[in-house]
Amino acid sequence: MTRMTYREAVRAAMRKALKEDDRVFLMGEDVGRYGGAFAVSLGLLAEFGPERVRDAPLSESAFVGAGIGAALGGMRPIIEIMTINFSMLAMDQILNNAATLRHMSGGQLSVPMVVRVATGGGRQMAAQHSHSLEGWYAHIPGIKVLTPATAADAYGMLLAALREPDPVFLFEHATLYSVEGEIDETAESFDIAQAAIVRAGTDVSLITYGGTLGKTMQAAGRLAEAGIEAEVIDLRTLRPLDTPTIVHSVAKTHRALIIDEAWRTGSFSAEISAQIMENAFDDLDAPVARVCGAEVPMPYAKHLEEATLPQAEQIIAAAQEIVPRHG
Amino acid sequence: MSTPDIAEKPVVNREHSLFLLREMLRIRRFEEKAAEMYSLRKIHGFLHLYIGEEATGVGAMQAFTPDDSIVATYREHGHALARGIPSTVLMAEMYGKATGCSHGHGGSMHFFDVSRRFYGGYAIVGGGLPIAVGLALADMMQNRRAITGCYFGDGAVAEGEFHESLNLAALWKLPVLFLCENNLYAMGTALHRHQAQTDISRKADAYGLPSYAVDGMDILAVEDATKQAADFVRNGKGPYLLEFRTYRFRAHSMADPDLYRTKEEIESWKGRDPITVFEAKLRELGLLTDADLSRIESEVAVEIEEAVRFAEASPREPVEDLLKDVQGSATTLPRS
Repeated sequence: MTRMTYREAVRAAMRKALKEDDRVFLMGEDVGRYGGAFAVSLGLLAEFGPERVRDAPLSESAFVGAGIGAALGGMRPIIEIMTINFSMLAMDQILNNAATLRHMSGGQLSVPMVVRVATGGGRQMAAQHSHSLEGWYAHIPGIKVLTPATAADAYGMLLAALREPDPVFLFEHATLYSVEGEIDETAESFDIAQAAIVRAGTDVSLITYGGTLGKTMQAAGRLAEAGIEAEVIDLRTLRPLDTPTIVHSVAKTHRALIIDEAWRTGSFSAEISAQIMENAFDDLDAPVARVCGAEVPMPYAKHLEEATLPQAEQIIAAAQEIVPRHG
Repeated sequence: MSTPDIAEKPVVNREHSLFLLREMLRIRRFEEKAAEMYSLRKIHGFLHLYIGEEATGVGAMQAFTPDDSIVATYREHGHALARGIPSTVLMAEMYGKATGCSHGHGGSMHFFDVSRRFYGGYAIVGGGLPIAVGLALADMMQNRRAITGCYFGDGAVAEGEFHESLNLAALWKLPVLFLCENNLYAMGTALHRHQAQTDISRKADAYGLPSYAVDGMDILAVEDATKQAADFVRNGKGPYLLEFRTYRFRAHSMADPDLYRTKEEIESWKGRDPITVFEAKLRELGLLTDADLSRIESEVAVEIEEAVRFAEASPREPVEDLLKDVQGSATTLPRS
């Protein structure tokens, strides 16, 4: 096991893939000479050269589309999109081509492309660099949506994604890049299908992913001090969603609280709630509850951004509301 | 950048000329039959006819080898036929049958045949260009000598994806040949109503790639220019843009009442029909007889009848397979 940051874990996975498979290359804005907007690919240009670490012009549609074409042509591109808001500029290629080509061609085409996208708020980057739109992507059949919340997942999920025959999107919450974790660089394979129970509990299921896992764990710790044993589920993969793990947990705790930084209306948290209603209705002792981001474009000022994002206090309060007082 | 000279006087060879004529007639008769079957409600959805533009599809396709890749638009019946996809599976696709080239998932706008490196009909205008750039990137990175031919219309040059793609291809000197079929209308909006610069070939100047505008109604000119441009691209000199000036005789689609063009304009272009003009030229050169033409027409008629018979007789894709090709299994992964 090696201790490293989330950023280093993504870089280590890319380095391993670039070394082991000459079809793999990295393409995106400032991934080469600059070293990546979040310094994720720092050093890779020197190690692998400009053919395989490609600085692309500010043309999200062209370089994502070129990634699709390169994948069709036998390559294994890793595309970096600097910020999830920028990925809107590539939505035509993502939805109309990447996700669609296999089915629309009657199964003839395969697009084994990995797209890495920085997501989420919490860095005072305001309303064009801070949203959590991964739930939109999870709406789309034909792609997989992974949301690594730990350094270990950042490493393993990227390598697993490169073995998939279809487009895989990895949403890396930008507040996680400096968080450390233990990486097993010798693992042969890595599961991306299952959600993780990161804390076992009996009173309420706290269901989250990505950047809000840390706050949820904090909240669970403080709830324990108050006598409430929360089970924490890290979804890890939004599409395909591991519904059985959620359902088993709710069958045990009888209460569910979903924590998601994204907006509430028409959201992925609503999808999870619907899955619980459809699959575990009889197990519920309280309505499914949610703590979501406030429905505003992300504001710049620190106190306003904090008020927009889910915080541990809100998670605790929401959990206490659905868990009956002991004694 | 200077534009490489494209020779104006191609050599005319009888056997090859009759082949080109036959290819154009196959497309014309195939589409006339498709329109008839649409009216009979055998074919549904959108049907965009290529009639009038056959010289660009057939002429340009002669420059590509089986190792090259082709990307086309939603008006791609002609390109698919010219690439060698059998008319049977194309007609079956429009019938929505399991034997169709896309198993009935695509219809008229989305023909695919990976075995012929025909990477599809794209129905988001401009959306195919980045794909073509990527196919060319893959060829270059794997040291293949193959090139990618990318067809699109004049409407696409208004899209950002056209400009992003030309820039990226030129920046990285990618082996992609951009083939603009300028039929003067983006659906119903005339070129001068959607472009500030109506000379499309000049747009290449901004990205530092060479370009050339060709009479798209003259198949020999199209073929010759495309072969020369393809040689340029194949020799590693970077991308090239060809503009074919052409015209569609039919409406944008079967749903289009064609209110935005005058009858006079359409009739005057019909006077330049690429098939009848080519027939007249070949007769003048003594390369085509009445017997040749009637033989070709009857062989084409047999082929089209067979395509309809095949489509009619084919089974539908089972509904149980509806979700089959949404995601692949790991075993479908192409290996290095």
